[in-house]
Amino acid sequence: MDINTRYHSVRLDKGRCKGCTNCLLHCPTEAIRVRNGRAHIIDNKCIDCGECIRICDYHAKVAVTDSLETIHGFKYAVALPAPSLYGQFRNLKDPAYVIWALRQIGFDDVFEVARGADIVTRAIHEKLRDPMLPRPLISSACPAVVRLIQVRFPDLIPHIVDVRQPMEVAAHLARIEFCKKKGCEPDDVGVFFITPCPAKMTAVRSPIGQQKSDVDGAISMLEIYGKLRSLVSRKQADEESRPSATAWGVGWAQSSGEATAVCPENSLAVDGIHNCIRVLEEIENNKLNDLVFFEGNACTGGCVGGPLTFENNFVAKNTIRKLSDELREKNSVHPVNSVPANLMSRIPLYNDAPIAENPALSLDDDMEVAMQKMERMNKIAASLPGYDCGSCGSPTCRSFAEDIVQGYCGEMDCIHKLREQLKIMAQQMVDLAQTRRE
Amino acid sequence: MIIHREYPVQAGDYITAGEASADIKRNLKQLGVSGKVLKCVSVASYEVELNLVIHSLGGVLMLDVDSDRVVLESKDIGPGIPDIDLAMREGYSTANEEARNQGFGAGMGLPNMKRNADTFSIASSPAGTCITMGFNLKEQ
Repeated sequence: MDINTRYHSVRLDKGRCKGCTNCLLHCPTEAIRVRNGRAHIIDNKCIDCGECIRICDYHAKVAVTDSLETIHGFKYAVALPAPSLYGQFRNLKDPAYVIWALRQIGFDDVFEVARGADIVTRAIHEKLRDPMLPRPLISSACPAVVRLIQVRFPDLIPHIVDVRQPMEVAAHLARIEFCKKKGCEPDDVGVFFITPCPAKMTAVRSPIGQQKSDVDGAISMLEIYGKLRSLVSRKQADEESRPSATAWGVGWAQSSGEATAVCPENSLAVDGIHNCIRVLEEIENNKLNDLVFFEGNACTGGCVGGPLTFENNFVAKNTIRKLSDELREKNSVHPVNSVPANLMSRIPLYNDAPIAENPALSLDDDMEVAMQKMERMNKIAASLPGYDCGSCGSPTCRSFAEDIVQGYCGEMDCIHKLREQLKIMAQQMVDLAQTRRE
Repeated sequence: MIIHREYPVQAGDYITAGEASADIKRNLKQLGVSGKVLKCVSVASYEVELNLVIHSLGGVLMLDVDSDRVVLESKDIGPGIPDIDLAMREGYSTANEEARNQGFGAGMGLPNMKRNADTFSIASSPAGTCITMGFNLKEQ
């Protein structure tokens, strides 16, 4: 799909937007502008991380996800709960309660994405043994971080491990297993991811590294939280609700869960998109080439901190930690040893499409033109006050200069420049008035 | 058309160390320089900037870009490299205690630059060292 017209889950609710500068100054890819008193999202720069959803006091930034109703469009529906869903229920002792609850709200079956994470753990573990791959290898699990790399760190694309996300592996296997169980056709089954974030929703509609997603839709955790909450508190489960993911797979819900599962000896886990940027810069400078694996999560705390979660991310992280500990006590076999080898060869685990560079930062397709624009931009930037106040509607003075060069606004959109100009004009008028009197 | 930038680099200034190479990277990304070349220039510019901070008495880093080539040039005011052949060896370092404590001084700066650049030249005397690196933007 064309990168400029691709699908976005993060959208603006125009009626709610006050035109303030909160989201503008916070966006990690400078993808927002305020024009005519309303925010606008620049399509090819937005990575759907959801930072703006979190920061907006007016709830004008929203994530578009599929509603629970959409599951009725299929004969059967299978839920794929992200492991972060378990973190939403304080002191949850057994994932079975959540699996049971999901079946009560309309799903015919449930396949834990944590099981997908177990399989992916083994796949990445195998990749890490290949000495020809660049170091550090970068996790492909957080789609916002992958898209961040496409926009801001295109030179690091070869570092991204070409293993599919747990959600995709789970979806593929869920459909196979369900069809086998029920004796139905693959098209009869809708497979729905229960998502903590808009980034995954976007990854379903416009996948990265994959021709087509195996997931049919993504339903926001916030949408079904209310329904699940009372059901989970009943602590009910039956034979069909038995969970099978390991402690390591469940641990993927929190930052460092993946890194400690695939490479506890020499990995680094970073959470928060702005922190990820700082570490990716270090990787770009070759400063971390002694590191084997890098896990970056756009959200603070990892997926438990997703913009579509309900529970406080620190509390949720603690719930996941305790749940993992308990699962580890029951079964201490690491997924590298428990995921069957024949399963690994039976399902698609690796990317089937290249991860492309996103040239959203470049000033022009033609380098000569880009150079001319850059020189003009620098001249303009030098004349600006450098406050990065956002009043002009661009996030920094530099990006304002870029917007002028690209023809999106004029120099007098800078209120400081305007004030100076007014001062000059006022003085000129005074001078003019005085000349007449003489 | 040529884009020219100059970045003065202070000796021993770890607070601003890395800012010149960060700006070089940003410029190249805005000019649409693609992944592979970008990575090479990133690594080389960071190494050469840190060399100025750690080893020199101060100097200047220069960037020149035209549609065919990126050229990085580093000029310092001394003290010079007594034995260039030795400095070009992997693992050889003269970095002092302070630099090593900051995680630098693994002794791969110069060979790392040479490996990443398409052309590399170095000249040194007690009055200063000049390193010039060229990176081809078009497939040769």
